[in-house]
Amino acid sequence: MAEAALRTAPLDKARALQWLQKYGVYAGVALLLVVNIAITPHFLSAENFRTQAVQVAPVIIVALGMALVIGTEGVDLSVGAVMALAASVTALYLGYGLVPALLVVAVFAAAVGLANGALVALVGVQPIVATLALMVGGRGVALVLLPQLQDLRNPQLASLGSGDVLGIPYLILIAAGLALLVAFVVRRTTFGRQLLAIGDSRPAAQLAGLPVRRVLILVYVICALLAAVAGVLATARLQASDPTSLGNLMELSAITAVVVGGTPLTGGRVNIAGTVAGAVLIQLLTATLIKHDLPPSWTQIAQAVVIVAAVYAARGRGKR
Amino acid sequence: MAPPAEVLAVRGLSKSFPGVRALDDVDLTLHPGEVHALIGENGAGKSTLIKLLTGVYRPDAGDIVFQGDKVSFATPLEAQKAGISTIYQEVNLIPLLSVARNLFLGREPRNRFGLLDSARMNREAEQALGAYGVRVDVRRPLRALGVGAQQMVALARAVASEARIVIMDEPTSSLEPREVETLFSVIRRLRDEGIAVVYVSHRLDELYAVCDTVTVLRDGRRVHHGRLADLDRLSLVSTMLGRELGEVRREGLTKFTGGHHATDSRPVLEARGLTVPHTLHEVSVSIRPGEVVGLGGLLGSGRTETAKAVSGALPTSSGSITVAGIPLRGGSTPAAIRAGISLLPEDRKSEGIVPGLSVRENISLAVLPRLSRFGLVSEARVDSIVDTFVERLRIKASSPRQKVGELSGGNQQKVLLARWLAMNPKVLLLDEPTRGIDVGAKAEVQKLVDELAADGLGVLLISSDLEELIEGSDRVVVLKDGAVVGELTGDEVTEDKLMRTIAGHSPDGDAVEEAATDG
Repeated sequence: MAEAALRTAPLDKARALQWLQKYGVYAGVALLLVVNIAITPHFLSAENFRTQAVQVAPVIIVALGMALVIGTEGVDLSVGAVMALAASVTALYLGYGLVPALLVVAVFAAAVGLANGALVALVGVQPIVATLALMVGGRGVALVLLPQLQDLRNPQLASLGSGDVLGIPYLILIAAGLALLVAFVVRRTTFGRQLLAIGDSRPAAQLAGLPVRRVLILVYVICALLAAVAGVLATARLQASDPTSLGNLMELSAITAVVVGGTPLTGGRVNIAGTVAGAVLIQLLTATLIKHDLPPSWTQIAQAVVIVAAVYAARGRGKR
Repeated sequence: MAPPAEVLAVRGLSKSFPGVRALDDVDLTLHPGEVHALIGENGAGKSTLIKLLTGVYRPDAGDIVFQGDKVSFATPLEAQKAGISTIYQEVNLIPLLSVARNLFLGREPRNRFGLLDSARMNREAEQALGAYGVRVDVRRPLRALGVGAQQMVALARAVASEARIVIMDEPTSSLEPREVETLFSVIRRLRDEGIAVVYVSHRLDELYAVCDTVTVLRDGRRVHHGRLADLDRLSLVSTMLGRELGEVRREGLTKFTGGHHATDSRPVLEARGLTVPHTLHEVSVSIRPGEVVGLGGLLGSGRTETAKAVSGALPTSSGSITVAGIPLRGGSTPAAIRAGISLLPEDRKSEGIVPGLSVRENISLAVLPRLSRFGLVSEARVDSIVDTFVERLRIKASSPRQKVGELSGGNQQKVLLARWLAMNPKVLLLDEPTRGIDVGAKAEVQKLVDELAADGLGVLLISSDLEELIEGSDRVVVLKDGAVVGELTGDEVTEDKLMRTIAGHSPDGDAVEEAATDG
């Protein structure tokens, strides 16, 4: 037992890294909050917090699904395309009412998830390749369905995007609710445990008789459904369907949030609280730089630094 | 004649980890040409000692004097350059590089332009490996070789780097008997060349075959050292375990009672004519409730494949399996598990445990759907099952929440056993259940197998440890080249008969014609 206790020497450095990996993302969020309260004018206002939260909500929702996929040692590059698809389909079917439109969106999203899952679990294609195909193809389909931006005039959809309960926007409530739900699924359900076991050691999971294929397919379906929810909410907020640019680079934001939040890319562990904090961290970082009139390119550089820091902290645990 | 100056003198070495004193004031002296057995149960401190010697860890207290100088290696590479080479249990080479490249990794011969001199490298690699009885195309990738041959490459590499001390951590755990012999002859040659060897193994036969001296560790302390010849096997085991000699003698070297458990009833498992192209040919095995059936044969004879085919992990092209009279359909692992077949796989680390998950999650992994309602896990029922098995199998973990990857091999194996026992199986397929685990855990696992058979389980036992196979099995089915070549029952279950059957003679001594003609 003792031999396996710690591999890295010296001890202090290993401990510091471990701490950084566990709590670094929360410390980062706290630090950015403190710095902004100190130096950014009008930062400490309900209005600003609401804006930030509404902006980050779709990223959080996509990142939740991404965290599950990454937990199985996979990745899903098609989430942005699914958002665009959701936007197109919403625009096309909104005439039948919001609920029917959402159902059709769900069918489309589930189809993409099934395709991803089948390619990964049944055909044995590497996740990055399988979902790359759907990433390209999915946006193509979205643009075929709706070739350009279209304004949407639907009061129900508008209220979904900008309504609130006791001053808390629906978007935030939905993101928070989904985060709790996904965290519950990971911790307390058979599916959650099986997902982690498959991510940690696929051969062992297989020999233990776990329904490996079913779980993998379901994970990709859930990820696509969550991306579709994000797509609908973003569309509702814009009050316009924009399949050309909606969800562009969303896969990278989501992966960043997951990794920065302490979920290793090697699978077997999913940190939902960390993922939410990771998304918030990136959001605050971007907001900080923008508010201080730094060019957008700086945001990307800052994101890169955060990613490198997260990967560095995860180094000790990631390798096996 | 004065004894030659010592090549290594370790004094008062201590190392603690949070909560554990892994090594406590340990001394170790090595002379040139000495083959030194380092033994102890898992957790006794062997690995910690080796890691201190090779620069993986830094000691809390104590000195390491190597060739007269006090040393403190910062990395394994430094230790290796200074002349302390280590061969680990698992081969740590690069599978995709050629055999020759692996052999010369980090010290490749260069031509006068400073470029890799492949021709020379391949030539020298062939010579070096030839000396170890390994004749392969050194240009092929390492992974094309068998595990045994890979181990030999690792050994050749360690020795070629002008080591003064070679540390071997369970080098034989994946070797065939013939390869073990080669290894021993290499060790003897090293000895003649004045190189000191530290030999770690759980196999007593091997220790007595090659070692001159011994250090026994227990709970981080040195409890015995001296000439190995002065210590007989039982004393060695009792020193290691810290148990009274009489107790060990009474209980024998393995924990099997050797009784015949089988109740005279219909087989619980009946596999007929299992065929897997190029692997298994018409293999039939039947097990009655309460019976332990051994699968004998050499490495590559199809033992593991038979177990995997029965458990649905290896697709068969023909053959049938019935469990308690009911035909098994589907040929998938989940179907076999539902029917009551459980497989404890040979490769515990990569196919058995889920290292990053806790003891609790590993034990409950297979049984989870039964402990859940609408997909929601009942934590209370999981806790109760986990507690039951942790207690029954005496699994030593700091808590059920500890990661399985951090446990000793023996405890990992017990966790896997618990995973299957929680399923209430009818048939247990045990593939090398005691490989690489310490003597104490080994005895416990063997005892458990006996108990389970007594409870009416059908057990299929695969073991490279002949003693274990013979003492543990009621019947032994012998495989060779993927086909059944004989079966030993009753008084025939002896090492001698088994060897003769493997070697191609039928149990009563007549040569089997097939074996003679296709050899």
